[in-house]
Amino acid sequence: MAYVAISDRDDPIHDPESFITKYIWSQDHKVIAIQYGITAIVVGLVALVLSGLMRLQLGFPDQFSFIDPASYYQFITMHGMIMVIYLLTALFLGGFGNYLIPLMLGARDMVFPYMNMLSFWVYLLSVIVLLSSFFVGEGPTGAGWTLYPPQAILEGTPGAGSGIVLMLGSLALFIVAFTMGGLNYITTALQARCRGMTLMRMPLSVWGIITATVLGLLAFPALLVSAIMMLLDRLIGTSFFMPALVSMGEQLSYDGGSPVLFQHLFWFFGHPEVYIVALPAFGIVSDLLSTHARKNIFGYRMMVWAIVAIGGLSFIVWAHHMYVSGMHPYFGFFFATTTLIIAVPTAIKVYNWVLTLWRGNIRLNTPMLFAIGFVFTFINGGLTGLFLGNVTVDLPLSDTYFVVAHFHMVMGVSPILVVFGAIYHWYPKMTGRYLDDTLGKVHFWITFIGTYAIYYPMHYLGFLGLPRRYYSMGGAEFMPESAMSLNAGISVAALIVGVAQLIFIYNAIVSIKRGKPAGHNPWESTTLEWQTPDTPPVHGNWREELPVVHRWAYDYSVPGVEEDFVPQNVPHSDAKPAHG
Amino acid sequence: MSFFKEIMQKPWLPPEDDVVSDLSGAMAMSTAPARVALRLFLAVVGVLFSLFCVAYYIRMELADWRPLAEPTLVWINTAVILLSSAALQYTRHAVQRGNVGGMNAGLVAGGLLTLGFLVGQYMGWQELRAAGYYAASNPANAFFYLLTAVHGLHLIGGLFVWGRTTLKVWRGAEPYQVRLSVELCTTYWHFLALVWLVILWILIST
Repeated sequence: MAYVAISDRDDPIHDPESFITKYIWSQDHKVIAIQYGITAIVVGLVALVLSGLMRLQLGFPDQFSFIDPASYYQFITMHGMIMVIYLLTALFLGGFGNYLIPLMLGARDMVFPYMNMLSFWVYLLSVIVLLSSFFVGEGPTGAGWTLYPPQAILEGTPGAGSGIVLMLGSLALFIVAFTMGGLNYITTALQARCRGMTLMRMPLSVWGIITATVLGLLAFPALLVSAIMMLLDRLIGTSFFMPALVSMGEQLSYDGGSPVLFQHLFWFFGHPEVYIVALPAFGIVSDLLSTHARKNIFGYRMMVWAIVAIGGLSFIVWAHHMYVSGMHPYFGFFFATTTLIIAVPTAIKVYNWVLTLWRGNIRLNTPMLFAIGFVFTFINGGLTGLFLGNVTVDLPLSDTYFVVAHFHMVMGVSPILVVFGAIYHWYPKMTGRYLDDTLGKVHFWITFIGTYAIYYPMHYLGFLGLPRRYYSMGGAEFMPESAMSLNAGISVAALIVGVAQLIFIYNAIVSIKRGKPAGHNPWESTTLEWQTPDTPPVHGNWREELPVVHRWAYDYSVPGVEEDFVPQNVPHSDAKPAHG
Repeated sequence: MSFFKEIMQKPWLPPEDDVVSDLSGAMAMSTAPARVALRLFLAVVGVLFSLFCVAYYIRMELADWRPLAEPTLVWINTAVILLSSAALQYTRHAVQRGNVGGMNAGLVAGGLLTLGFLVGQYMGWQELRAAGYYAASNPANAFFYLLTAVHGLHLIGGLFVWGRTTLKVWRGAEPYQVRLSVELCTTYWHFLALVWLVILWILIST
């Protein structure tokens, strides 16, 4: 069933009759969002288990016979690729983007519901193709998540037979799925806003999501180009990326290709990808902080400009991932400069989050804990980014655990904290019930403290020179014994954090039926998704009439008004004045 | 209102008169969503081809690059794709005037010419292979096959939409019912013809 996105009458184009059309082949953006979300979380759990297996080997080397070097590299590769693309990108844009854009903008649905449905099914197909590589031949590719040639397709690299082909094919499918979804999100935000919803009245969540979508639409083609060209190198023996080389004592037929060209294409996608994950998190966390601190977001305009500026700048920093590839010093100088410049709008956002909290009436519920946890973690991870953005600092640290610690803090843990905060926040809208708050707080504290126990020591290990990507430290005699026991401690923390996520899964399943009923606007929020006549919103979101917006999204604690929040669809003349 | 003007607004200030103007309503009515989506899609496709071209220029600098002699067929193909673009432009014109005959003829001509272009490109490949220019033997050859193939695939995608539109017309759809589809097809065809001209220029100039 599908609705016209901005029709003032709720006549469906056609009605869903059966369970299948309502929940499986659904064209309702909310159902598609939940399909996206569940798929992403399931595949993310696979990646979580893989990281646990890696930590077993790193903390307790050679104790587990089922982890050999080949499988270790396969775990690394699949863990990285799944977490970045199939979990975070899909969850933020396909999941939250789908759920929030039409609801927050007062539309009945996305403007192209059928294409939206198609987007999910192609995404699911890409996940199936990816996971199928575990079951074919020698298993998935072990090329590392960056898939650098030449080793990615050379014999001797695990999965160089079918694994890499399935990986590249799956990425191509994902890009097709994302493009269908992305065109939808942008067009909906441009064309289907309800009356009165000017761009500057949009909640920051929507700003973050649509800017990230624009980045995705412009950056994913670079990944597609590199995937197609590498596929041709692998399958029909072209030499786009493959240099002349001798492998296993044999001269290969490749000649003259440029592996560095692949790196440029990959990171031209790869760096915006960081912000594809980060910008929705920035937007969502702004809304969580403002709502639960009962204060308007500090510096709304600056927040919007910063999101747009970060989005633009993210396209000219890519080569800071390639300082060790042997580039011209001036080239490195340019990218170090742009990298440091991008810290300015990012820092503005951080200050504004902190100033939003300042003297707020903070309600320390689970979503707020996760939001504040994000601010801490993002500052930590962001600061080490300033170190690594400089060529001279990056060169010695590049191949150490310092980098692992940095990117996990900044684009692993930080966005995932926002994901959790957002699920605790919007779950009542999706189901009509709260997630259990006690379990939520247990989940938060274990996750928050646990991730610090994992990643803080890694910075130190990196300074000591512990190399990343290694299956076994073998001849690393320069490492003190204490570093090795630290590694074991990290692994224990990682396993605890991993298992603790089951608390969340349990909470999410049980609360569907047994959670505390939440009512239609449990957090006393101003944005439109909380003003729907039905909770959870029915297909079509609104009854006969679409909402009309009279104010921005952050009218919390307005002076002279009785309640401490005024929803966006309340006219200025209707806001109840305070007594006395 | 321009984007920059709009993001300069101070939304926290109460409006002087709380009359909700049709700020977004007007915007939503003026352009069909499909038209906006197509423009965005063309931007995405544009980035895709640009990156292929950048890769081409970077790879070209390396020592093993040996330029190939483009098949003579590409010139005929170029004429054909330009004609297909013109045929769709004519269709669009006919549809806007409610000219059913012109619409039918234009659609069929546009589709057939496009098919002709694709067949011509395929024959160009055969010509190259007969002359010993294999994809794996030199990156210049590989890029020739790659660029023409990716371009052809985009045209085939367009032919699906063209096919659906033509089917509707054959089943008796009035011009106004297919107007949007025809207009979008025309834009897409012009874009792909332009992309082809750029690719051709890059291929023959290097």
